[in-house]
Amino acid sequence: MAEYIIKNGFVFDPVQGIKGEKADVAIKDGKIVKDVSKSAKVIDAAGKTVMAGAVEIHAHIAGPKVNLGRIYRPEDKLFTCTATKGIERTGSGNSIPSTFKTGYEYAKMGYTTCMEAAMPPMFSRHVHEEIRDTPIIDEGAFPVFGNNWFVMEYLKNNEVENTAAYIAWLLRATKGYAVKVVNPGGTEAWGWGLNCLSINDPVPYFDITPAEIVKGLIEANEYLGLPHSMHIHPNNLGNPGCYQTTLDTLNLADGYKAKNKFGREQVMHITHMQFHSYGGENWGNFESKATEIMDYVNSHKNLTMDTGNVTLDETTTMTADGPFEHHLTGLNHLKWANCDVELETAAGVVPYIYSPDIKVCAIQWSIGLELALLAKDPMRCFITTDHPNAGPFTRYPRVFKWLMSKKARDERLNTFKNADKVIAASTLGSIDREITLYELAQMTRAGPAKSLGLANICGGLKPGMDADVAVYDFNPDKPLADPEMIETAFSRAAYVFKSGVQVVTHGDIVNIGNKRTLWVDVKVNDNPQVMRDIKEKFLKYYSMTQANYESLGHHFVPNPLALEVDATQV
Amino acid sequence: MTKTVTDVVCPFCGTLCDDLEVSVTDDGKQILDVYNACAIGAEKFLHSQAKDRITRPRLQQPDGTWKDISYDEAADYTAKMLAGAKKPLMYGWSSVNCEAQSVGNEIAETCRACVDNTAAVCHGTTLIAVQDIGLPTCTLGEVKNRADTIIFWGCNPCHAHPRHMSRYSIFPRGFFTGKGHKSRKLVVVDPRVTDTAKMADMHLQVTQGQDYELLNAFRVAIRNEWLPDVVAGIPKEKIIEAVTMMKAGRFGIIFFGMGVTQSLGKNHNIDEAIAVTKDLNEYTKFSIMPMRGHYNVTGSGEVLAWQFGYPYSVDLTRGFPRYNPGDTSSIDLLNRGEIDAAFVIGSDPGAHFPISAVKKISQVNSVCVDPHITPTSGVSKLHVPVAFNGVETGGNAYRMDNVPIDCRKVVDAPEGMLTDEQFLVMVRDRVKKLKGVA
Repeated sequence: MAEYIIKNGFVFDPVQGIKGEKADVAIKDGKIVKDVSKSAKVIDAAGKTVMAGAVEIHAHIAGPKVNLGRIYRPEDKLFTCTATKGIERTGSGNSIPSTFKTGYEYAKMGYTTCMEAAMPPMFSRHVHEEIRDTPIIDEGAFPVFGNNWFVMEYLKNNEVENTAAYIAWLLRATKGYAVKVVNPGGTEAWGWGLNCLSINDPVPYFDITPAEIVKGLIEANEYLGLPHSMHIHPNNLGNPGCYQTTLDTLNLADGYKAKNKFGREQVMHITHMQFHSYGGENWGNFESKATEIMDYVNSHKNLTMDTGNVTLDETTTMTADGPFEHHLTGLNHLKWANCDVELETAAGVVPYIYSPDIKVCAIQWSIGLELALLAKDPMRCFITTDHPNAGPFTRYPRVFKWLMSKKARDERLNTFKNADKVIAASTLGSIDREITLYELAQMTRAGPAKSLGLANICGGLKPGMDADVAVYDFNPDKPLADPEMIETAFSRAAYVFKSGVQVVTHGDIVNIGNKRTLWVDVKVNDNPQVMRDIKEKFLKYYSMTQANYESLGHHFVPNPLALEVDATQV
Repeated sequence: MTKTVTDVVCPFCGTLCDDLEVSVTDDGKQILDVYNACAIGAEKFLHSQAKDRITRPRLQQPDGTWKDISYDEAADYTAKMLAGAKKPLMYGWSSVNCEAQSVGNEIAETCRACVDNTAAVCHGTTLIAVQDIGLPTCTLGEVKNRADTIIFWGCNPCHAHPRHMSRYSIFPRGFFTGKGHKSRKLVVVDPRVTDTAKMADMHLQVTQGQDYELLNAFRVAIRNEWLPDVVAGIPKEKIIEAVTMMKAGRFGIIFFGMGVTQSLGKNHNIDEAIAVTKDLNEYTKFSIMPMRGHYNVTGSGEVLAWQFGYPYSVDLTRGFPRYNPGDTSSIDLLNRGEIDAAFVIGSDPGAHFPISAVKKISQVNSVCVDPHITPTSGVSKLHVPVAFNGVETGGNAYRMDNVPIDCRKVVDAPEGMLTDEQFLVMVRDRVKKLKGVA
C-alpha cells in the first residue's frame, strides 16, 4: 500500500494531547506510523487543520425505517439529486439520502466511521445490505434490546447471565455492534397502542418496569465486557417536562462501573439528549432544562452522551420509539408510517419541519447547543444531530459553526421570530464559551471512539491506529474573519484518508476505499437454557425459521472487522 | 439415497414461506419432492426439473425461428443494445434476488435507462398512497401473535397466497392468540363470493368499483356520524356492525390486494384504507399491509429506494433519478413510443401489459431474461434462460412485510446455465467498456 506524509499541518489530536502544533502525520499500510520512506507521497497541509477521521456515534443511515423514509418521501428528493460523476454513483435525498450519497457526504466532511443507531434484529439482513451499499465509511449497527421478549422475560427473573448469553447470540446472528435500548418497555406496550412514560410504568403482560430493563441491560453489558456501553434513548422522549424522566434514567447507572478491555469508562450512553432535556408542563411554557441535565452528567463520570442538535431544517424523524411517532403525527398532522416488529421492537417515521419561526423549534435549537456548551468534559459529550431526527448529518459543519462562534449563534438567536421568548427559555444567550478545535476533535473523534471502545483503532493519530485522517482548509493561526469560514471548511475536507487510502481530494471522491462492517463477536459459555428458549420462540412465535435468521457473510457482511470479546471466564 | 434440504424459502409469492423441505438426489442434481409448500410453490420447484427446459440463450431470426447462441454472445447483444439505446427500459425484477437487482441498477445508471418493477401494474398505487398519507404496518409475526381482527379487502389469499392464513393471519396460535382461529374475527370485503369470503365471519359484498365509498363510510361510522341507509351495496347496520367489531378488538389488521389497488379509484382507495387504519388507532391498535404478489417485488422496491430514492418507475435518463408514475412508468413509456430498447427480467409483461404496450416491445430491440418460455420471451429478439432463483441459486428477497429472507439453493442448475446475477455482471462489464467508464 502507498505511503503518505501529511506535512506541516496544524494537528489536533486529543489521543496524543496535540493541541494545534505543527506536525507531520505519516501513513503506511493503512496505519499511522512514526516515519515513512522518502518515496512517500507528500501532502502539503501548511496552513490547514489536521484531525483524525471523525466518528459518528449515532445516526439512522441504513435499514428498514430509513428506507421507508426514502420510499414514502419523494418530496425529500426535490433539487437534491446529484448525477453520476466519475466513480461517484448518482445520489438523491436530503434528510434521507441514498446509500451512495450517505457514504460520499460523510467522507467529504471527514467522517470515516459511523454507527447505525437502531437495527431491528429481524431486519439485520436489510441493514447490512444498505451498509454494504454505503461506500467508504466503516459502519456498525446497534441491534435494539429494550423491548425484546427474551430480555424482558429473563430480567423479570433477574437472570443477567441468561440475558448476556442471549445478547451474545443476537450480536452474532445480526452482526451487531452494541446494546441499544429505545423507550424501554414503551415500544412493547405500543404493540397494544400503549406506552411507558416513566421508568416505573409496568410493561403490559411482561410485568417488568423500564427501570428494571435498563439496570439489567447495564449489568449484562458489563458482565460481557462489550466495547460500547448500553446505549439508551430513554422513556418519555420529546414531551414538556421529560427532563425528570431523563434524570431518573441517568440515576439508574449510579453505582455501576465499566468493566472491559477496550478502555471504555462509561456504563451508559444517553443519546440525543436535546430531546430529553425539556422543562415546562405544556408547549406554552416549554423551556430548557439543559443546566439541570448537564450538572448531573458533568458530575457522573460513568456516563457519556450525545447532543442531538436541531439544525432548523425540514427533515424526517424516525425512531424505534413507535408510540412517540404516533404522538408526533397527532401534533404536526404529517404522514405517519409505523412498523411493529414481532418479539423485538417497532419503528415509526414522520416528516418534521423545524421552523425558526416556531418558538418550540427555536428553543429546541437552543437546548442542543446549550448541552454541548455546558459540557465540562468534551471527552464525554459528543456532537450529533441524531440524523435525520433533529436535522440531516450534512449540517454538522453548521452546528460546529454555532458552537465555535458566539457571534454566529447570537446572530441566529437574536433573529428568531419569537427571539425574546426563545432567549428567556434557555441560558444559551448568556453562554460565552466557544468550542475550540481541540475540543471539537474530542467531541467528534477521540470522545466517541473511546465511548465505542474503538480508542485503539480510530479517533486519533497515534502511530498504530488506523490511518483515518481529515485535512481541512482552515487556518487556526489566522483570526477568524467570518464564522462562515468554519462551515465552509468543515463541509468539504481538502483531503481525507480512510484506512490509509486517499478517498477525498479537494472535496471530491477519488477512491471508494476499503469499507468495513464492524461487529462484536462475543464468546460465552454454552448456555443450553437460552439456546432452548431461542429454539422454542422461533418454533412458536416468530414468523420465520431460526435457520434463516442470521446475517451471513457472503452477501451481507462482505468485509467484516469483528471485535472479539471473551466472556467465558467471568 | 436422498437428502433433505430444510428451511427452504419458497420463491413464488410475497408470503415467502421459509419452512419448506425439499428432498433431492444424493448428487444434488434433481428434486424428488417438496414438503410443506402450497400447490403453486411445490410446482415452482418441480417444474424446474422439466426435461425439455431451454438451457441456452436463443436469438430470434428474421424468419421467426430461434437460433441457440452462447451466453457470451447473448451478453454482447444485450450490452450493445442497452449501451446504444437512447432511452432503454429495464423492466421486471420481481422474481429476481436483490443481488441481481443491484447489478441491474448499476447497468441502468450507466446506460441512463428507465428502471421499473411490477409494482407499476400491481401495488404501485399503494406506494403512491403511502407517499400521500403514510403506512401504519407491522410484521406478519405481530399478526400471528396479537391480531384478533383480520380484514381481507379485495384479495383472495385462499388462492393467491395459499399459506398466508395458516402461517400468519387466521389459524396459527400465537403468543397472545392461543386459541388460533377461534380467537380471531375475519371480515372479507369483496364483490365476489370467493373461497376466502366463504370462510369469513362477515362478508361485505361491496358493489364493484365502490370500495372508496365503503371505506369512507367506515370512517364515518368510526366517528359515529350519520350514514345513508345503504353505501356501496352494504346496509348501514352491517357497516356499523363491522366497525364496532374492529373497534372492539385489541389488535386488527387490513390486508388488501389488487381488488382495491387496480379497480376504480386506485391509489385513492388505498389512501382511504390507510386513513381508516389511522383513525382506528385512536381506539385500539390497527395495522394495514399490502398483499404483495411476486416473491421479491418488495425487494426490488427496497433496493431501488436505497440506491436511487424511489421504489419503482425510476427514470435515469438525465443521469440522476427522477420519478413520476404515469410519465416514467413502463406502460406509459411504451405506449408513448419513447422506448427504443426493452430489457425484461423476472416478469412477464407480455402476459400482463395491455396489448398496445406489448406491441411496442415487439417493435424495438428487446431481451427477455427468464427461465421459462413466456409471452414476453415470444415477442423478444433475444431470450436468455437462467437458473431459477430460490431453487438453483440463493439470494436475498423481501417478504410482503419487508422482512428480508435469504433464499437457499436446493439443486444445481442444468450444466452450463448462468444465474441472473452472473449474466447481469457479464452485461455490466461489457456496458462499462462500451461506455468507456471504469
